[in-house]
Amino acid sequence: MIYVLLFWEFFKIGLLAIGGGLVTVPFLFNLSNKYGWFSHQELADMIAISESTPGPLGVNMATYAGFNTAGFGGGIIATIGLTLPSLVVIVWVSKMLFRFRDNCYVQTGFYAIRPAVVALILGASVQLFNLAVVNILTAVIGAAFFAAVHFIRLHPIVYILLGAVVGIVLKL
Amino acid sequence: MKLLWQLFFSFFKVGMFTFGGGYAMIPLLQAELVDRRKWISESDLMDYFSVGQCTPGIIAVNVATFCGYKMKAKTGAVAATFGIIAPSMILIMLIASVLRNFWDNPYAAHAFAGIRIVVVALIAETLISFWKKGIRDKTGLGIFVVSFGLLMGLKVSPAVIVLLAVAFGVVLQKRRCK
Repeated sequence: MIYVLLFWEFFKIGLLAIGGGLVTVPFLFNLSNKYGWFSHQELADMIAISESTPGPLGVNMATYAGFNTAGFGGGIIATIGLTLPSLVVIVWVSKMLFRFRDNCYVQTGFYAIRPAVVALILGASVQLFNLAVVNILTAVIGAAFFAAVHFIRLHPIVYILLGAVVGIVLKL
Repeated sequence: MKLLWQLFFSFFKVGMFTFGGGYAMIPLLQAELVDRRKWISESDLMDYFSVGQCTPGIIAVNVATFCGYKMKAKTGAVAATFGIIAPSMILIMLIASVLRNFWDNPYAAHAFAGIRIVVVALIAETLISFWKKGIRDKTGLGIFVVSFGLLMGLKVSPAVIVLLAVAFGVVLQKRRCK
């Protein structure tokens, strides 16, 4: 029974949360109040752990909340519940998109969207920059990594692993 | 069948190394899907990302579903989506069950501080190539400036900004498509 409930609640979040991981937070607070599956304090810990674990934030939180509530089965069911609406909606949207890709109206729509997406990414970068670059040392490391990324094109995973090593060696 | 595994593993890799939410994922998607596999173009990626932003669900999952569907219809969509969520499920349950104090470990905290810096450098690079692809004329620059102002100044939600850009696109269509 708890599985059905978990599935249904996270399915609803997947369907209604538009705009990414942190949008799921208010929904999770609501779940906490409604069912008491986890306390507000636990939710705060969940957000912290989800933010510093690889993977999409929303997915991490669904897995964590489901696991906290009903163990391994709960983690899997909650995550599938969250993902299913995306799968269904996007498959439908893709079908339409690929069919009308060359249509002038669709093309102009995307022409207008792309600069907005660049602005959104810049906004996110500013936020990430403020979190990551906190003093002169981190600024120098950041500049060095940017130069490396720009001039030596290695797979980002290489740089991410290097960043972890630099962080540990310099005790950032 | 081989393609399905490739989709699964490519997205598994992206899910495994994305630190810090949907936007941090873009450089990885670019390297994996555009540069390495050549499954989609840079413009495709921008388009999936913008549509994923204003459709229900987690953006990362939406982008994965899009790419998967493009490559191999419904089965591709399922393979890519499972790929992107599998690392989260495994790691989170591992951390929650056996490594409860993992993030109190000072090494983990230092490593994460280093990774955050790299993520900024990677996104900056992505931003440069998206800028070249996405902003081609004065109208584009105008849309960019207004969107950035709305986002940072008025804290308008990203989904709303994408929808406003679509609305503006509809106005442009009257001139362009006839």
